[in-house]
Amino acid sequence: MKKSFKLEELDCAHCAQKMEDAIAKIEGVNKVNINFMAQKMILDADDDKFDEILKLAEAKIKDVEPDCRLIR
Amino acid sequence: MTKKQKKILIRVIISAVLLVALHFIPFGDRWYLSLLAYLIPYLIIGYDIVLNAAKKLIKGRLFDEEFLMMIATVGAFVIGEYPEASAVMLFYQVGELFQSIAVGKSRKSISDLMDICPETATVIRDGVEEVVDPYEVSVGDIVIVKPGEKVPIDGEIVEGNTTLNMAALTGESLPVEKGIGQTIFSGSINLTNVVKIRTTTEYEDSTVSKILELVENSTDKKAKSENFITKFARVYTPSVVICAVLIILCCIIFTDMSIKTSIYRGLIFLVVSCPCALVVSVPLSFFGGIGAASRKGILIKGSNFLEILSKVDTIVFDKTGTITKGNFAVDAIHPNQVDADELIDIAALAESRSNHPVAESIVAAHGKHIASERLGDVSEISGKGIKAVIDGKCYYVGNGKLMEEVNADYHECHLPGTAVHVALEGEYLGHIIINDELKDDSKDAIAKIKASGIKNTVMLTGDNEKVASKVANDVGIDDYRAGLLPDQKVSSLENIMNDNNTVAFVGDGINDAPVLTRADIGIAMGALGSDAAIEASDVVLMDDSLNKIPVAVKISKKTLRIVKENIIFSLVIKIGIMILGALGLVGMRFAVFGDVGVLVIAILNAVRAMRVPK
Repeated sequence: MKKSFKLEELDCAHCAQKMEDAIAKIEGVNKVNINFMAQKMILDADDDKFDEILKLAEAKIKDVEPDCRLIR
Repeated sequence: MTKKQKKILIRVIISAVLLVALHFIPFGDRWYLSLLAYLIPYLIIGYDIVLNAAKKLIKGRLFDEEFLMMIATVGAFVIGEYPEASAVMLFYQVGELFQSIAVGKSRKSISDLMDICPETATVIRDGVEEVVDPYEVSVGDIVIVKPGEKVPIDGEIVEGNTTLNMAALTGESLPVEKGIGQTIFSGSINLTNVVKIRTTTEYEDSTVSKILELVENSTDKKAKSENFITKFARVYTPSVVICAVLIILCCIIFTDMSIKTSIYRGLIFLVVSCPCALVVSVPLSFFGGIGAASRKGILIKGSNFLEILSKVDTIVFDKTGTITKGNFAVDAIHPNQVDADELIDIAALAESRSNHPVAESIVAAHGKHIASERLGDVSEISGKGIKAVIDGKCYYVGNGKLMEEVNADYHECHLPGTAVHVALEGEYLGHIIINDELKDDSKDAIAKIKASGIKNTVMLTGDNEKVASKVANDVGIDDYRAGLLPDQKVSSLENIMNDNNTVAFVGDGINDAPVLTRADIGIAMGALGSDAAIEASDVVLMDDSLNKIPVAVKISKKTLRIVKENIIFSLVIKIGIMILGALGLVGMRFAVFGDVGVLVIAILNAVRAMRVPK
């Protein structure tokens, strides 16, 4: 399943890259793209575990940039 | 400015004022007072950095810029450089603030460009007007569009006629008139009259949604230079940190410098450890370039394509529908033995069941009632023409090869154009010359394309040599390949492509999808409403004007030049600061100032990409 999410207060481009790297390592993630300019994350992950993966991804985002919020 | 940015700005001002004030206070040798005093502005400006850095330290993320910035400033405090420590933190925050404002601004101005989304749609349900979310409108609903409103969903006009501004879609601000039966596209603005449309798509599939999706996803396909920056950023920070440690060790071991001075020189490296200037400015330039292009009705499907476009030196054009209008018309009728009316009558009857543009033009030139009861068996002879039984007699209508096959004594015409020969059994009856009109702006556009730095232009066509050479000559195209069957166009393109050139193919996407895909970069024109063309191509021109191509080339070249400038400039300055810092020629304060300066200049330079070059 491929879904796109808005990321609020994603402030640094370098962080976007770091988030992307971290999320890509989560098991079940096929592809992830964090677009700093559009403030968007496009997450492509296994259907059955999507919610779980999304939670993990959100935690990774908070790790890199504590102010950044993922809008579902 | 956002709330967050305002808060940081206030902190910047307070701590800057404090720092300046502290400068005039003589602390003498009461270093502890001085330390305490300088910690106040330091914490005001940097408390969040210190907190985040502590969090990252716990998680073991040692190569994080915030963490390194904390180490650098805390280190400076430890070796007694109090004003230095506070100033570094201050400059760092100023840089971050500027970056956030500049990026936010450009992001907004690009999304404003893309502000073509209709927010509501007025549907008629059970005779009552109802304002709803465009997502709730289904195919076949009747929607009212009033003057000044955006067309919410693609649809066919069922009542009224009006003028529309389609600038958001095509980049052309000249209003377009549309009447009953014509399709209007979502995202265009209704200028004059109320019209009712019957929607032909869901909102998700309508033109405006497609364009937005395309532009928003365009930065996913990263350019080579972007990937380079990503890789570079990964190794840059750790290497700078390693260098810092090495410098400190070397200074202590091999020179008679004090430990304090040695550490200070190492800390300078940490201050320039963020690859921010590159990481921010490069994608920002590409985003700006793609934004500028879409404002002109040119959709570029990825940063990588913008990069390739800037390197294109050969453009291959399809003829029909690209350089010419694709409207065929009968130019001349040259009968042999029969009279002109009879010749066109036979040809029109024979071609009446075909929907080929050439056939349609003959039927249109005939202009009279087609007596289809006279027509018997019709069979197509592939690549040659048609065999048709009319009034019980067997006629052949087609090209020279067909005439040879039936042994008709035909001759080629002295006029350029597509010749349709007619024969009764083996007896030659004459031919009809059909020509396609050039687009009004083709010649002008080709000249501009050449002026934009494209070395070679080639035209591919299925038409004969004579037509091809005339069209190529008329518009100023360097070279052509004539007489190609549809499947030969790909191999012909492959012949033109080699290791040393970058080839773009321009077509209308109707029957040249394989060629569009095969070229280094496929440009589809007249794509408004044509899904196939949007699908097959890398660059989409929303209307069918060749004049958009030189604009696209110029935008791509400008963007890539900005990217290159930023990469070189940032690296040179950063490396320069490191060398000067290691030699002890500049202090930490200058280092951070230089680093922030590079960031600011790189961002301002990147923002230029958003403007369309003249």
